[in-house]
Amino acid sequence: MKSLLFSLLLALTTPVFAGEALPVGEDPAIEQRMIKLSEELRCLVCQNESLAGSHAELAEDLREEIRVQMKAGKDDKEVINYLTTRYGDFVLYRPPFKPLTLLLWLGPALFLVLGAGIWYFTLNKRSKLKETPVDEKQLAAAAHLLEDNK
Amino acid sequence: MKRWLPLVVFLVLVGFFAKGLFLNPREVPSPFIGKAAPAFTTTEVCQPSKLFSAADMKGKVWLLNVWSTWCPSCESEHEILLELSQKTSAPIVGLVYKELRGDSNIDKRKVKELASNEESALVCQRVTDRLQQLGNPYALSILDNEGKIGIDYGVYGVPETFIIDKEGVIRYKQPGVITDKSMQEVILPKLKELGA
Amino acid sequence: MIPELGHFALIVALLLALTQAILPLIGAQRGNLTLMSVARPAAQGQFVFSLLAFGCLAYSFMVNDFSVENVASNSFSQLPEIYRLTATWGSHEGSLLLWVLILGFWTTAVSVFSRHLPDDMVARVLGVMGLISVGFLAFLLTTSNPFDRLLPAAADGRDMNPLLQDWGMIIHPPMLYMGYVGFAVAFAFAIAALLSGRLDAAWARWSRPWTTVAWAFLTLGIALGSWWAYRELGWGGWWFWDPTENASFMPWIAGTALIHSLAVTEKRGAFKAWTVLLALVAFSLSLLGTFLVRSGVLSSVHAFATDPARGAFILGFLVLVIGGSLVLYAWRAPKMLSGGGFTWFSREALLLGNNVVLLAALGAVLLGTLYPLLIDALGMGKISVGPPYFNAVFVPLMAPALFLMGVGPLARWKEASLPDMLSRLKWALAISVATGILLPLTLDGFKPWAVFGFAMAMWILLTVLIGFRERLKNGARLSSLTRSFWGMQLAHLGMAVGVAGITVVANYQVERDVRMNIGDHTELAGYTFTFRGTTEHQGPNYRAARGSVDVSKNGKVLYELHPEKRIYNASGMPMTEASIQIAMFDDIYVALGEPLDEAAQTWAVRVFHKPFINWLWIGALMMVIGGFLAASDRRYRIAVKATAPTGAATQGA
Repeated sequence: MKSLLFSLLLALTTPVFAGEALPVGEDPAIEQRMIKLSEELRCLVCQNESLAGSHAELAEDLREEIRVQMKAGKDDKEVINYLTTRYGDFVLYRPPFKPLTLLLWLGPALFLVLGAGIWYFTLNKRSKLKETPVDEKQLAAAAHLLEDNK
Repeated sequence: MKRWLPLVVFLVLVGFFAKGLFLNPREVPSPFIGKAAPAFTTTEVCQPSKLFSAADMKGKVWLLNVWSTWCPSCESEHEILLELSQKTSAPIVGLVYKELRGDSNIDKRKVKELASNEESALVCQRVTDRLQQLGNPYALSILDNEGKIGIDYGVYGVPETFIIDKEGVIRYKQPGVITDKSMQEVILPKLKELGA
Repeated sequence: MIPELGHFALIVALLLALTQAILPLIGAQRGNLTLMSVARPAAQGQFVFSLLAFGCLAYSFMVNDFSVENVASNSFSQLPEIYRLTATWGSHEGSLLLWVLILGFWTTAVSVFSRHLPDDMVARVLGVMGLISVGFLAFLLTTSNPFDRLLPAAADGRDMNPLLQDWGMIIHPPMLYMGYVGFAVAFAFAIAALLSGRLDAAWARWSRPWTTVAWAFLTLGIALGSWWAYRELGWGGWWFWDPTENASFMPWIAGTALIHSLAVTEKRGAFKAWTVLLALVAFSLSLLGTFLVRSGVLSSVHAFATDPARGAFILGFLVLVIGGSLVLYAWRAPKMLSGGGFTWFSREALLLGNNVVLLAALGAVLLGTLYPLLIDALGMGKISVGPPYFNAVFVPLMAPALFLMGVGPLARWKEASLPDMLSRLKWALAISVATGILLPLTLDGFKPWAVFGFAMAMWILLTVLIGFRERLKNGARLSSLTRSFWGMQLAHLGMAVGVAGITVVANYQVERDVRMNIGDHTELAGYTFTFRGTTEHQGPNYRAARGSVDVSKNGKVLYELHPEKRIYNASGMPMTEASIQIAMFDDIYVALGEPLDEAAQTWAVRVFHKPFINWLWIGALMMVIGGFLAASDRRYRIAVKATAPTGAATQGA
């Protein structure tokens, strides 16, 4: 009797609705996929926020649309395709690799190769260079003035 | 010669920047130009029994103007739309985009609790009020309460206007407000060219 | 009355800047001492009048003078006082005035601390800085007058952008501008050296402390900006590769390369043409950043109101300043190989390698930032280049840069021995690789980038320690080490700390998006978050729903966090104010999303666990302190007395 009362009391004091919080989306797996995907997509209204981070109306609608499509079994590629047919490549924060973006994707490697070339030629010249006596004297004078930290 | 290289690179960039000053980075071109207008079926505003689908317009050159009463730039565009409707025989179809759900003064959660016919009735009232007040440039008005048609047409901000030809192909999209200039220089010539 | 006084002060400042620019430059060219001596008083006067103008604008903001258009658009009667002050530089016009003021400050600093420099050098440096002041003052007065009146006056202001109402924003812009504008000093020294044909070790030594200080300020400015984004934008990010962020990052990379290249020029007399080019590039990129942000050619979260007239003005100014300086460079830069020779493996070669990698990284950022514009200008469509691109290309480029950072300071000038270096560094190399591979095993999940990051951070840490040990073994005492050595080591160590922080937070942060009713709880990274509901809260210029979230571990409540969802009164703009529990090893970050059902108090809540994120800013702070330490080295002060004869000697030689 006493224990029954006690459990009743417990039931009253513990709010019935409190519990493990539910993820915002109904399906956590889809939610995770949606967020991961929409982080690489650009919100069109605010323009410099990702679709995942934006609070704009359209961003919310599009996130919902992505959820619906994913629930319908579409893979990421199909969802991206769905968006680019409507808004163009502009929505992609990771520009697709195609002739138009060739320079964009290969540019950094090109710069590095170019830099390596400059490095090579400079050193090639430098290593053959003999110290000019004037320079030595000038350096010695400077070294005298500076606290030389060897 | 190589010490002129930085200057050359800089001048090339300046050329691009000068061009860039006259471009709008916020304007996203529609990938639909030259493609078939996405099919959809919806109902007319205030007439829930009357269905409208894009295919009904086959054989006509027409304009699809996406708007809503809560959008201030649509209000400023209204006058030019009236003028446009006078100057062309091409019908302007007004797509009323998220009239309630897009209005930031209305609690969206409350709208979602409404039945769809209740929502449409409210939209009817608001749209009718507005058109009575400012005049009606539209051949007919159709509903997009959830904004789904908007998404299918790649709408990212109201107002937007599409020109669709007799074969049902989108020929032009005007993002934002139609100005007097864009009406005279782009829209009217385009409509003429398409045989409206 | 006060705004008119400010306007008048700006006009006087412009006239003084013209005087400061023209007379001394003519004087230096003709060897006329009288004309040259105009430079100092004109520069100082220009600063005083810029300060007066700035003070007038600040006053208008403080007293809520809504008859000034700038105040009416960017302030609000309910805005707290501190933000009314910062609103002074929150607008386009105000921030340009701040730019002018800081340029005046740097100019005055140069005029005061240049007693030991030859007169013609001072005249040229101040003259060039005067030219830059003229450009910006003219820009302010013609297109962006901050004192324009509004008739009739507005009843109230439209409020400062709520995003800027954060105390990270109070000092971020001034620090950032101290950096941007500070590079103007290095730029002016470079131009002066090109004009006079005296690009020598003395020039490098004069430029060095100024450059280092500017770089330290820029580092601080960028770090504060990143910290602000983290706290204020509500999604826990700290770097988004936004055009505006890139605009500040590019001069930083160029400045970093410049600091290292200046070291070679000062110590070995080599790379003169290269160093002078970098000095021009660093400031050019600062100006370019201004153009990109102000002209609206790139869309950015930070974009100020855009106006093609402003864009055209700045572009014209860019052509004059950058174009002019590059013409001068092509014409006057030394055509002979200068300085001594060195071998394939020497400190010079390694520093050049570091420069090459840094510039490739700079090129990558520039390419990604401008590519959408290039494509658009060619009429080939619109694309976006965002974080996935930058992360993919920038991070791999950092690998060689970080590796070289460890080796460089330990290598000998002129000629180092590879076998010797290998034997000195083999343990550091082994430990770094082992750390990279083993450390991620103890953490949640094995991630390739974590391996790389940990190995690099450990590598830099160990090489810094080796640097100290070798010095001490050679008979030095800690107290006898130079400040420039301490500064370098501290900055490098800061980089290691920063890399470690970025590695952990980028690879091991976790987050959850949940719907929470009162009493609901969720688990994340060993913490339990319990939602206690929201209460109405009235701020000075906003209303807020303030949530209460208990954070507990093992049943014990550790913190109570109060994230807010604010609506600002004037603009009606909603803002997410995250609540963050800051700690050495992890931050707990809670943000309120949307109310899902107001009656039952259900909210979307976003909780983040951000391990080691603060290391990022601690690392940046170490770099800043390192920079200031290095710039305060004794030899720059000794040089005060000693350079004059050397300068003469070099000129003679």
